[in-house]
Amino acid sequence: MNLAVSNILSLVTFLPALGALGIATLNRESKGNARWIALWTTLVTFAVSLLIWINFDKSNPGFQFVEEAAWLGPIKYKMGVDGISMLFVILTTFLMPLCVLASWESVQERVKEYMIAFLLLETLMIGVFCALDVVLFYLFFEGGLIPMFIIIGVWGGKRRVYASFKFFLYTLLGSVLMLLAMMAIYLHAGTTDIPTLIDKGNLPVAWQTWLWLAFFASFAVKMPMWPVHTWLPDAHVEAPTAGSVVLAAVLLKMGGYGFLRFSLPMFPVASVELAPLIFTLSVVAIVYTSLVALAQEDVKKLIAYSSVAHMGYVTLGIFTFNQQGIDGAIFQMLSHGIVSAALFLCVGVVYDRMHTRDIAAYGGLAERMPIYAACFMIFTMANVGLPGTSGFVGEFLTLLGAFKVNTWVALFATSGVILSAAYALWLYRRMIFGVLDKPSLKAIADMGPREIAIMAPLVILTLLFGIYPAPILDVTAQSVKKLVAQHEMAVKATRSAAVAGQKN
Amino acid sequence: MIYQAIVFLPLLGALIAGLFGRVIGDRASEIVTTAFLMIAAALSWMVFVQVGFGNTTAKVTLLRWVTSGDLDVSWGIRVDTLTAVMLVVVNTVSSLVHLYSIGYMAEDPGRARFFAYLSLFTFAMLMLVTADNLLQLFFGWEGVGLASYLLIGFWYHKPEANAAAMKAFIVNRVGDFGFALGIFGIFFVFQSIGFDQVFAAAPEMAGKTFNFLGYQVDILTTLCLLLFLGAMGKSAQFLLHTWLPDAMEGPTPVSALIHAATMVTAGVFMVARLSPLFEHAPLALQIVTMVGVITAFFAATVGLVQNDIKRVIAYSTCSQLGYMFAACGLGAYAAGVFHLFTHAFFKALLFLGAGSVIHAMHHEQDMRNMGGLKKHIPTTWAMMLIGTLALTGVGIPGVMGLAGFHSKDTIVEAAYAGHTTYNYAFWMLVLAAFMTSFYSWRLMFMTFHQTPRWGNGHAHDHADHDHGHDASHAKTDAKHHGHDDHAHTPHESPYVMLVPLFVLAVGAIVAGFSFKQYFVGHDYKAFWAKALYEGPNNHILHDLHNVPAWVAWSPTIAMLSGLALAYVFYIVSPGLPAATARAFRPLYLFFLNKWYFDELYDWLFVKPAMAIGRFLWKGGDGAVIDGTIDGTAATVTRVTDRVVKLQTGFVYHYAFAMLIGLAAIITWFMLGFGGTR
Repeated sequence: MNLAVSNILSLVTFLPALGALGIATLNRESKGNARWIALWTTLVTFAVSLLIWINFDKSNPGFQFVEEAAWLGPIKYKMGVDGISMLFVILTTFLMPLCVLASWESVQERVKEYMIAFLLLETLMIGVFCALDVVLFYLFFEGGLIPMFIIIGVWGGKRRVYASFKFFLYTLLGSVLMLLAMMAIYLHAGTTDIPTLIDKGNLPVAWQTWLWLAFFASFAVKMPMWPVHTWLPDAHVEAPTAGSVVLAAVLLKMGGYGFLRFSLPMFPVASVELAPLIFTLSVVAIVYTSLVALAQEDVKKLIAYSSVAHMGYVTLGIFTFNQQGIDGAIFQMLSHGIVSAALFLCVGVVYDRMHTRDIAAYGGLAERMPIYAACFMIFTMANVGLPGTSGFVGEFLTLLGAFKVNTWVALFATSGVILSAAYALWLYRRMIFGVLDKPSLKAIADMGPREIAIMAPLVILTLLFGIYPAPILDVTAQSVKKLVAQHEMAVKATRSAAVAGQKN
Repeated sequence: MIYQAIVFLPLLGALIAGLFGRVIGDRASEIVTTAFLMIAAALSWMVFVQVGFGNTTAKVTLLRWVTSGDLDVSWGIRVDTLTAVMLVVVNTVSSLVHLYSIGYMAEDPGRARFFAYLSLFTFAMLMLVTADNLLQLFFGWEGVGLASYLLIGFWYHKPEANAAAMKAFIVNRVGDFGFALGIFGIFFVFQSIGFDQVFAAAPEMAGKTFNFLGYQVDILTTLCLLLFLGAMGKSAQFLLHTWLPDAMEGPTPVSALIHAATMVTAGVFMVARLSPLFEHAPLALQIVTMVGVITAFFAATVGLVQNDIKRVIAYSTCSQLGYMFAACGLGAYAAGVFHLFTHAFFKALLFLGAGSVIHAMHHEQDMRNMGGLKKHIPTTWAMMLIGTLALTGVGIPGVMGLAGFHSKDTIVEAAYAGHTTYNYAFWMLVLAAFMTSFYSWRLMFMTFHQTPRWGNGHAHDHADHDHGHDASHAKTDAKHHGHDDHAHTPHESPYVMLVPLFVLAVGAIVAGFSFKQYFVGHDYKAFWAKALYEGPNNHILHDLHNVPAWVAWSPTIAMLSGLALAYVFYIVSPGLPAATARAFRPLYLFFLNKWYFDELYDWLFVKPAMAIGRFLWKGGDGAVIDGTIDGTAATVTRVTDRVVKLQTGFVYHYAFAMLIGLAAIITWFMLGFGGTR
């Protein structure tokens, strides 16, 4: 491994921050320069991040590209990725150039600050997936809140202040509990090193439940799980398009990633004991939010609720503790990262033209926007999990895993395939089909070259990963296998210890 | 390479027409897609001869698909006799429908898109029939569902077309919900979803039980019934049939291809394909028969009184699919597939013939506004006559007859030989055959005979009719009206539309007697080889040849009585139908309104789903959850309003606590009783 590759995670993490610094030196008037610097920074970051994927050893279940440096006493600066986290880094770097492009014309106020916020957000998001120290993870995880809070609060819609405060309060509340739990872990284990905690962790069973609940508070809000999901529709509705994209595609995934990185390996027994709680909340999320989505009159809200339902499959899959379930959950997160991003970008396309999110204001768009209608159709089908699109693979695997564990859960969760078809096609019918008779739509233009350039990679990946998901499944396979095996061993060990204890 | 060419040529055509249709133009798109389909059809017949008479099972693995732990699924092509039969059916009918559409859709501005969808559909259907595992079958299954959705809603300006398209997709998803659960269950039990692995292990699982939804149930019966739910959706069987008649909103060639000859038969194909599973699940088979028989009977009753020419044929299709399932449920899979095969020819012929009528009548579909058309469009009449003779099963028992005669009578005989309770299957199928004959001849008489009811001026107000306007395109409409002024008389269709009718007519005549020997007759074991499985105690294909003579004659007698009654009603004394309808008004309305299933489902599912959604949104998310959050924030920040806010806050807190409590209770329940954990 050469030098560039050995520090590649830090490089990818902090390149965007460097770009932000560059933009900060510009003066206020140079909007164009701010955009171009942001675009180039994100593109270069993406290109460099691909080296991670290329050099990634799929047969190695452990952490790779590990960097370690002394930092604050026992707390180290430690970075590394494994099969579970690596693709989230790529997902983030892949989406950021698209976000910058999507904001190219729609953001005209404070462009410089906007781009700085986005680039800092990128650094913090990548950091979350790379951090191998509990405290470092916490800093990235919570730090990401601030730029997002600002993006919604400054460049958002009419009720942006309410939405951003709601977002902040909700997520912060969970985070405080998580911080306390992290302190408890350190006090008990004497280390904040994540790999060590995963391999030797298995904290006392008496502690596990409380620590699990504390982490759960934070991750459940981030996912978001029912019933702490109501911040999401508001945040999405008020956020600018690119903000929605990042929120849905990356920020939501931090909850699922957290469950996989902390809850499962560090508190295996508590995870097993509390899995029924997760199953209940997941199934309720899938059915409840799908029904709610059916009643929406605001495009973004509808897609936001559908996100909550899709995240239900993720939490369901993670807590099946089997290979298919967890592979499926990771796949579902990545696929949702692509598809929900695409759907919010689709909304952005017509919002930029009409400045309304009201579904009733549209109708018959197929007439004047055939390319847009085709893209929207592909993403709608991916959203309802049609085989051949990426949305199917994750849903299928999580449900396959769930059936092994509990058939009732599988039954209710599978009913989501009916409901998702109902709300998604209902939306499509109201916006795209029908007669184009609204005067305001008569002159609406189809997607331009910039918009096509944004959509094309998303269309390609949606279909590619639906037909040939191996590039993703191969990366996750070994790490998930290890996670499942370690989990089983830990649970067995605790059980046999308990049995031995009873005999004595 | 032949196999790959058969499957992927239609996809290539779809991509060319879909992506570059605007660049290369409509005509080029039509030619490319149609030519590719013709090649695929020719190759399919070659494969049919090779495989059907050569007894080989070919397998090609194309690409790795989903791999996770024990699960390892690849894209592949499996060709055995069953697949070969389907390849022939799909590609032949599809290529003819492509050709026909060049004429039928000539005035539509969206032709490139239309042909792209048609070819896309064909590709998905081919993936379905060549699947070597349940997941690829499911891919094709949902793929044809998508294509069907796009084609039903092809005229997206029409609200009815959009509604019908959505309904088709969602009702099918109800079936797919069962199908998906069946796949999960198969994987849970067999650790594989490949056909060979599952079929090999199936006998060991016969009679064993597992825990499903907290009950100990028979493994194979449960799994087969879950999978059959999928088949019921796709093949529009009783309870999940409501989408098929509405699907007639799509262009008529689509109805012929998707909603008569190919896609709707996918359910029958599935049961036949999974015969090694169903054979070990006798209870599931009994239910398959029951559903099939009820559908055959129910759909025929509705078909008796419909006035839209396409809807009559749609209900007829629904009813004939019931016959096929009845046969499969009795263990006579070969008879079911035989009827699938012959039905494809004469039903596609009838639909395309109806399309020719509609074309001649300037997009009039109501038979009450037709009559006496035989004089004006004699070729179409002759073709429809052949289709009707084939569908009603005209022939001399023991000697020979048209296609439907051989296949349908085989099923009726199997129903007798199958010894169902009180012979219900036999009697209801004979009764359905009587009704089939009646509604088919009613269609013929109302359309082509009687006195014309489309006189001067009538052609102009066809917009007033309920289902009129096959092609009510804003743009084409203007053209049509201009056209109408010149020619009020119906005109015969161009050759590009008639040639497909000729070919299908030949099929409708010869498909029965020339293939009977191989499908269900003397050579059936050699023909099907391992493609269909029969349990050691299943002798139905043998027994059905030994039924009493009166049984063999009964469908023919039913057919003749139906013809005679229709003749009396619609030719001898045309006042009778109205008088009968008055005399039996409640029954008439019951049939006319399709047993009120649409109203029932609307009341039972659609409206409640919307209402619950709204309630959960405003009540659950709004008042309870957000109320609590906002309430908390408010109590903390606004000390002055404390009393009021605390009051309302308390109510919400209480409700929130209840929700949490509810979740806790369900969790506890699941800990204690649910699942294996």
